[in-house]
Amino acid sequence: MTADRTNPLSSRSLPEGDERERVRFRASSGNFIKAVSAVLWKDVQAEFRSRELFSAMLVFSLLIILIFNFALELDIRTRQSVTSGVLWATFAFAGTLGLNRSMAIEKDRGCIDGLLLAPVDRSAIYFGKVLSNLVFMLIVEAVVLPVYSVLYNINLFQPGLLIVILLGSIGYVAVGTLLAAMSVQTRMRDILLPILLFPVAIPVLLAAVKASGGILAGVPYEEIQFPINLLIAYDLIFIAVAFMTFENIVEE
Amino acid sequence: MITVKKLVKRFGFKTILRGLDFEVQPGEFVALLGPNGAGKTTFLRILASLSRPSIGEVKVAGYGLPQEAAQVRARLGVVSHLPLLYGDLSADENLRFYARMYNIPNYELRITEVLEMVGLENRRRDLVRTFSRGMQQRLAIGRAVLHDPDVMLFDEPYTGLDQDASSMLDEVLKTVAAQGRTVVMTSHDLARAEGLATRFDVLSRGVITASTTPKQLKKSNLLAFYKQALAA
Repeated sequence: MTADRTNPLSSRSLPEGDERERVRFRASSGNFIKAVSAVLWKDVQAEFRSRELFSAMLVFSLLIILIFNFALELDIRTRQSVTSGVLWATFAFAGTLGLNRSMAIEKDRGCIDGLLLAPVDRSAIYFGKVLSNLVFMLIVEAVVLPVYSVLYNINLFQPGLLIVILLGSIGYVAVGTLLAAMSVQTRMRDILLPILLFPVAIPVLLAAVKASGGILAGVPYEEIQFPINLLIAYDLIFIAVAFMTFENIVEE
Repeated sequence: MITVKKLVKRFGFKTILRGLDFEVQPGEFVALLGPNGAGKTTFLRILASLSRPSIGEVKVAGYGLPQEAAQVRARLGVVSHLPLLYGDLSADENLRFYARMYNIPNYELRITEVLEMVGLENRRRDLVRTFSRGMQQRLAIGRAVLHDPDVMLFDEPYTGLDQDASSMLDEVLKTVAAQGRTVVMTSHDLARAEGLATRFDVLSRGVITASTTPKQLKKSNLLAFYKQALAA
């Protein structure tokens, strides 16, 4: 088939002949990193405009810590002991809200099909979505932590705790994005994600609570080594599982 | 350009396509007609590698599905009744995003060409959510031709368009066809299909029940042919 190059629909800017085939080959083999960054850029740009997802996550998180603050009028020692649990409950609830919305945006206007039609390895779409969800979750956490510190009078800015929060968030978002891609295709998507996600995310949440609590209590590293290793293992396992299964999950 | 042999698609216990055979030569414009629930959209989604065949052989542009799906997608442009565009991004940003996903070199120039072609050059900085349905559909076509595909699939592209927007879409589709691209379009609008296609296939109960060309139709008309094909 020869394209009419005088027609405006034809890609005059694309090269002719063999070079055009090479361009096509490059397109068909795809560019994984470019696709991941394109999805990330698109999500951040769209969210920067609408602030739909970020504002919902942030308001929800602040409400949760306020409710906990009034519900748990405890002494400083008890407050310290419940801090890690309250923090991770807040991150988990807000994260679920964000994960659900992030995939719903793709589904509502059929954009998920637009993504899946791109000639790239579909796991690139998954990693792009994971990165954007992680960015939104980390921004919300960055706002929640100082507010929590003030309300509960606890210093949360400890390097160890920040690393645990990063590891826990990666694991939660990695599995959450995969399950959100699955649940968004159902009619019960809004309620299905938490039902699917919380049981699967229990190991990461328990390990994160245990490690965060240990760091806040100032216990030696040896005592929290196991939950931290569990977090790292969980992150790696779920990223690998998602890499292998994402295509099958999104394809009919 | 497209070869489909004994295609079966099942969703659970429900069989949508029942041993469908279909072939399209390069440059043909095939209008796929049929009632609701006949399996037209399912069939197009399989050709677009969005859905896997349960049984059967599917080849698009010489590449087999689902094994060589990425190669097929690089040669395929798809327009459906949904625009597949992000409302919170501008027309320009949407096309940039897809250009990066398709790894198109020198995409700045190409985006300008495509926006001029669909008549949205002066709205390139505007958010897509501010566009009318017709403008969104024109931009959707721009998105679909961005990577200069050989094969184009249109799934009910006229859905929700008013008369003016439909006429404008007619012109764009004629341009696509005149360029020698292979086109498969599903439609309920027989009059519009009649003015565009070089072949009409009727899909009913999961198989192609009849096929004709404008030449063969001279004696009868498309509506009569369509009714006859459904009754068979």
